[in-house]
Amino acid sequence: MTAPIVPVVRIQAADFDVAAEIDRLRTAGDVGAVVTFSGICRDEEGALSALELEHYPGMAEAEITRIGREAAERWPLAGLTAIHRYGKIRPGENIVLVVAASKHRRAAFEAADFLMDYLKSRAPFWKKEHRADDAEGGWVDAREADEEAAARWKK
Amino acid sequence: MTKLVYFAWVRERIGKQEEDVSLPADVVTVEDLLAWLKRRGEEYAHALRHSEVIRVALDHEHVDHRQKLAGAGEIALFPPMTGG
Repeated sequence: MTAPIVPVVRIQAADFDVAAEIDRLRTAGDVGAVVTFSGICRDEEGALSALELEHYPGMAEAEITRIGREAAERWPLAGLTAIHRYGKIRPGENIVLVVAASKHRRAAFEAADFLMDYLKSRAPFWKKEHRADDAEGGWVDAREADEEAAARWKK
Repeated sequence: MTKLVYFAWVRERIGKQEEDVSLPADVVTVEDLLAWLKRRGEEYAHALRHSEVIRVALDHEHVDHRQKLAGAGEIALFPPMTGG
Protein backbone atom coordinates (compact mmCIF):
# COMPACT_ATOMS: atom_id res chain seq x y z
CA MET A 1 0.00 0.00 0.00
CA THR A 2 1.20 3.52 -0.74
CA ALA A 3 1.91 5.97 2.09
CA PRO A 4 -1.11 7.95 3.36
CA ILE A 5 -1.50 11.40 1.85
CA VAL A 6 -0.73 14.51 3.88
CA PRO A 7 -3.89 16.55 4.49
CA VAL A 8 -3.99 20.21 3.52
CA VAL A 9 -5.23 22.29 6.47
CA ARG A 10 -5.85 26.03 6.42
CA ILE A 11 -7.10 28.28 9.20
CA GLN A 12 -8.03 31.67 7.82
CA ALA A 13 -10.26 34.72 8.26
CA ALA A 14 -10.97 35.00 4.54
CA ASP A 15 -13.65 33.08 2.67
CA PHE A 16 -12.69 30.17 0.43
CA ASP A 17 -13.62 29.09 -3.08
CA VAL A 18 -15.38 25.73 -2.85
CA ALA A 19 -15.18 25.01 -6.60
CA ALA A 20 -11.44 25.76 -6.70
CA GLU A 21 -10.81 23.44 -3.75
CA ILE A 22 -12.74 20.62 -5.45
CA ASP A 23 -10.81 21.21 -8.67
CA ARG A 24 -7.50 20.91 -6.85
CA LEU A 25 -8.40 17.41 -5.59
CA ARG A 26 -9.97 16.17 -8.85
CA THR A 27 -6.48 15.87 -10.25
CA ALA A 28 -4.84 14.48 -7.09
CA GLY A 29 -4.32 11.04 -8.62
CA ASP A 30 -6.65 8.17 -9.47
CA VAL A 31 -9.73 10.03 -8.26
CA GLY A 32 -13.21 8.63 -8.86
CA ALA A 33 -15.03 10.39 -6.03
CA VAL A 34 -14.87 13.80 -4.37
CA VAL A 35 -17.05 14.46 -1.34
CA THR A 36 -17.46 18.02 -0.07
CA PHE A 37 -18.89 19.25 3.20
CA SER A 38 -19.57 22.97 3.68
CA GLY A 39 -20.58 24.32 7.07
CA ILE A 40 -22.55 27.55 6.75
CA CYS A 41 -23.54 30.20 9.31
CA ARG A 42 -27.29 30.12 10.04
CA ASP A 43 -29.35 33.10 11.18
CA GLU A 44 -31.55 31.17 13.63
CA GLU A 45 -34.71 32.52 11.97
CA GLY A 46 -33.48 36.09 11.92
CA ALA A 47 -32.25 36.14 15.55
CA LEU A 48 -28.53 36.14 14.70
CA SER A 49 -26.61 38.92 12.98
CA ALA A 50 -23.25 37.08 13.05
CA LEU A 51 -21.13 34.44 14.71
CA GLU A 52 -17.75 35.36 16.13
CA LEU A 53 -15.34 32.45 15.86
CA GLU A 54 -12.44 32.44 18.28
CA HIS A 55 -9.63 29.96 17.78
CA TYR A 56 -6.36 28.85 19.32
CA PRO A 57 -3.73 29.72 16.70
CA GLY A 58 -1.17 26.97 16.27
CA MET A 59 -3.23 24.31 18.00
CA ALA A 60 -6.15 24.67 15.56
CA GLU A 61 -3.88 23.76 12.64
CA ALA A 62 -2.10 21.05 14.64
CA GLU A 63 -5.29 19.38 15.85
CA ILE A 64 -7.09 19.36 12.48
CA THR A 65 -3.89 18.04 10.87
CA ARG A 66 -3.78 15.21 13.45
CA ILE A 67 -7.42 14.33 12.69
CA GLY A 68 -6.76 14.53 8.93
CA ARG A 69 -3.73 12.24 9.21
CA GLU A 70 -5.83 9.72 11.11
CA ALA A 71 -8.47 9.85 8.36
CA ALA A 72 -5.76 9.32 5.74
CA GLU A 73 -4.55 6.24 7.62
CA ARG A 74 -8.04 4.76 7.95
CA TRP A 75 -9.24 5.34 4.38
CA PRO A 76 -7.42 5.12 1.04
CA LEU A 77 -7.57 8.81 0.14
CA ALA A 78 -6.04 10.59 -2.84
CA GLY A 79 -6.44 13.98 -1.19
CA LEU A 80 -7.96 15.65 1.86
CA THR A 81 -8.48 19.36 2.47
CA ALA A 82 -9.89 21.08 5.56
CA ILE A 83 -10.37 24.84 5.79
CA HIS A 84 -11.79 26.54 8.88
CA ARG A 85 -12.50 30.25 9.14
CA TYR A 86 -12.26 32.46 12.22
CA GLY A 87 -13.45 35.97 13.05
CA LYS A 88 -16.86 37.46 12.40
CA ILE A 89 -18.99 35.39 10.02
CA ARG A 90 -22.43 36.50 8.86
CA PRO A 91 -25.44 34.29 8.13
CA GLY A 92 -25.10 32.60 4.75
CA GLU A 93 -21.30 32.75 4.80
CA ASN A 94 -19.01 29.73 4.88
CA ILE A 95 -17.48 28.56 8.16
CA VAL A 96 -15.79 25.29 7.32
CA LEU A 97 -14.96 23.16 4.29
CA VAL A 98 -13.90 19.54 4.05
CA VAL A 99 -13.03 17.95 0.72
CA ALA A 100 -12.12 14.27 0.53
CA ALA A 101 -11.03 12.57 -2.69
CA SER A 102 -10.67 8.85 -3.27
CA LYS A 103 -10.89 6.18 -5.93
CA HIS A 104 -14.35 5.15 -4.74
CA ARG A 105 -17.16 7.01 -3.02
CA ARG A 106 -17.38 5.09 0.27
CA ALA A 107 -13.92 6.12 1.49
CA ALA A 108 -14.50 9.74 0.50
CA PHE A 109 -17.90 9.93 2.26
CA GLU A 110 -16.65 8.26 5.42
CA ALA A 111 -13.41 10.25 5.67
CA ALA A 112 -15.27 13.57 5.31
CA ASP A 113 -17.85 12.49 7.90
CA PHE A 114 -15.15 11.33 10.33
CA LEU A 115 -13.12 14.52 9.91
CA MET A 116 -16.15 16.73 10.65
CA ASP A 117 -17.23 14.71 13.68
CA TYR A 118 -13.78 14.90 15.23
CA LEU A 119 -13.24 18.51 14.22
CA LYS A 120 -16.43 19.55 16.03
CA SER A 121 -15.41 18.05 19.35
CA ARG A 122 -11.60 18.44 19.22
CA ALA A 123 -10.59 21.42 17.09
CA PRO A 124 -10.07 24.49 19.33
CA PHE A 125 -12.74 26.89 18.01
CA TRP A 126 -15.52 28.62 19.97
CA LYS A 127 -18.59 30.37 18.61
CA LYS A 128 -20.09 33.47 20.15
CA GLU A 129 -23.46 34.74 18.95
CA HIS A 130 -24.15 38.32 17.92
CA ARG A 131 -27.88 38.96 18.22
CA ALA A 132 -29.81 40.83 15.53
CA ASP A 133 -31.59 42.88 18.25
CA ASP A 134 -28.22 44.02 19.72
CA ALA A 135 -28.88 42.13 22.96
CA GLU A 136 -25.80 40.57 24.53
CA GLY A 137 -25.09 37.31 22.69
CA GLY A 138 -23.66 34.31 24.48
CA TRP A 139 -21.17 31.56 23.80
CA VAL A 140 -22.67 28.63 21.95
CA ASP A 141 -22.93 25.54 24.19
CA ALA A 142 -21.21 22.34 23.13
CA ARG A 143 -23.72 19.68 22.13
CA GLU A 144 -23.77 16.21 23.62
CA ALA A 145 -24.77 14.93 20.16
CA ASP A 146 -21.43 16.09 18.71
CA GLU A 147 -19.47 14.07 21.30
CA GLU A 148 -21.64 11.04 20.54
CA ALA A 149 -21.10 11.49 16.80
CA ALA A 150 -17.32 11.43 17.33
CA ALA A 151 -17.55 8.40 19.64
CA ARG A 152 -19.14 6.23 16.95
CA TRP A 153 -15.82 6.18 15.03
CA LYS A 154 -13.96 4.57 17.94
CA LYS A 155 -12.37 1.39 16.71
CA MET B 1 8.01 30.29 33.88
CA THR B 2 4.99 28.69 32.31
CA LYS B 3 2.72 30.45 29.85
CA LEU B 4 -0.99 30.07 30.52
CA VAL B 5 -3.43 30.93 27.73
CA TYR B 6 -7.21 31.21 28.02
CA PHE B 7 -9.99 31.11 25.44
CA ALA B 8 -13.70 31.96 25.06
CA TRP B 9 -15.60 32.33 28.36
CA VAL B 10 -12.62 31.15 30.40
CA ARG B 11 -10.68 34.11 28.96
CA GLU B 12 -13.57 36.53 29.55
CA ARG B 13 -14.13 35.44 33.16
CA ILE B 14 -10.46 35.48 34.13
CA GLY B 15 -10.15 38.81 32.36
CA LYS B 16 -6.94 38.11 30.50
CA GLN B 17 -5.80 36.31 27.40
CA GLU B 18 -2.55 34.95 28.76
CA GLU B 19 -0.06 35.25 31.59
CA ASP B 20 3.30 33.88 32.69
CA VAL B 21 3.34 32.14 36.05
CA SER B 22 5.82 30.30 38.25
CA LEU B 23 4.12 27.12 39.29
CA PRO B 24 4.82 25.87 42.84
CA ALA B 25 6.63 22.54 43.00
CA ASP B 26 3.54 20.76 44.33
CA VAL B 27 1.51 21.59 41.22
CA VAL B 28 2.21 18.37 39.33
CA THR B 29 -0.93 17.43 37.40
CA VAL B 30 -3.59 19.32 35.45
CA GLU B 31 -5.93 18.80 38.43
CA ASP B 32 -3.37 20.42 40.75
CA LEU B 33 -3.08 23.36 38.37
CA LEU B 34 -6.85 23.93 38.27
CA ALA B 35 -7.06 23.78 42.08
CA TRP B 36 -4.13 26.20 42.43
CA LEU B 37 -5.58 28.63 39.90
CA LYS B 38 -8.98 28.64 41.65
CA ARG B 39 -7.29 29.97 44.79
CA ARG B 40 -5.70 32.89 42.93
CA GLY B 41 -8.77 35.10 43.05
CA GLU B 42 -12.46 35.52 42.57
CA GLU B 43 -12.26 35.73 38.77
CA TYR B 44 -10.34 32.44 38.60
CA ALA B 45 -12.76 30.76 41.00
CA HIS B 46 -15.64 31.98 38.82
CA ALA B 47 -14.06 30.87 35.54
CA LEU B 48 -13.08 27.45 36.87
CA ARG B 49 -16.04 26.79 39.18
CA HIS B 50 -17.12 23.73 37.19
CA SER B 51 -13.58 22.65 36.58
CA GLU B 52 -14.64 19.20 35.31
CA VAL B 53 -15.86 20.80 32.06
CA ILE B 54 -12.66 22.79 31.49
CA ARG B 55 -10.55 21.40 28.65
CA VAL B 56 -6.78 21.60 28.89
CA ALA B 57 -4.04 21.43 26.27
CA LEU B 58 -0.31 21.09 26.97
CA ASP B 59 1.81 22.51 24.17
CA HIS B 60 -1.12 22.29 21.70
CA GLU B 61 -2.24 18.76 22.62
CA HIS B 62 -5.42 17.78 24.46
CA VAL B 63 -4.85 16.07 27.82
CA ASP B 64 -7.14 14.82 30.57
CA HIS B 65 -7.07 16.19 34.10
CA ARG B 66 -4.93 13.39 35.53
CA GLN B 67 -2.07 14.13 33.14
CA LYS B 68 1.21 15.43 34.56
CA LEU B 69 2.23 18.90 33.40
CA ALA B 70 5.74 17.55 32.86
CA GLY B 71 7.41 20.86 32.08
CA ALA B 72 4.93 22.00 29.42
CA GLY B 73 5.85 25.45 28.12
CA GLU B 74 2.33 26.53 27.19
CA ILE B 75 -0.81 25.40 28.98
CA ALA B 76 -4.20 26.33 27.54
CA LEU B 77 -7.52 26.31 29.41
CA PHE B 78 -10.78 26.56 27.51
CA PRO B 79 -14.43 25.46 27.41
CA PRO B 80 -15.69 22.53 25.33
CA MET B 81 -15.18 23.37 21.66
CA THR B 82 -17.93 24.52 19.32
CA GLY B 83 -16.27 24.84 15.90
CA GLY B 84 -17.36 23.36 12.61
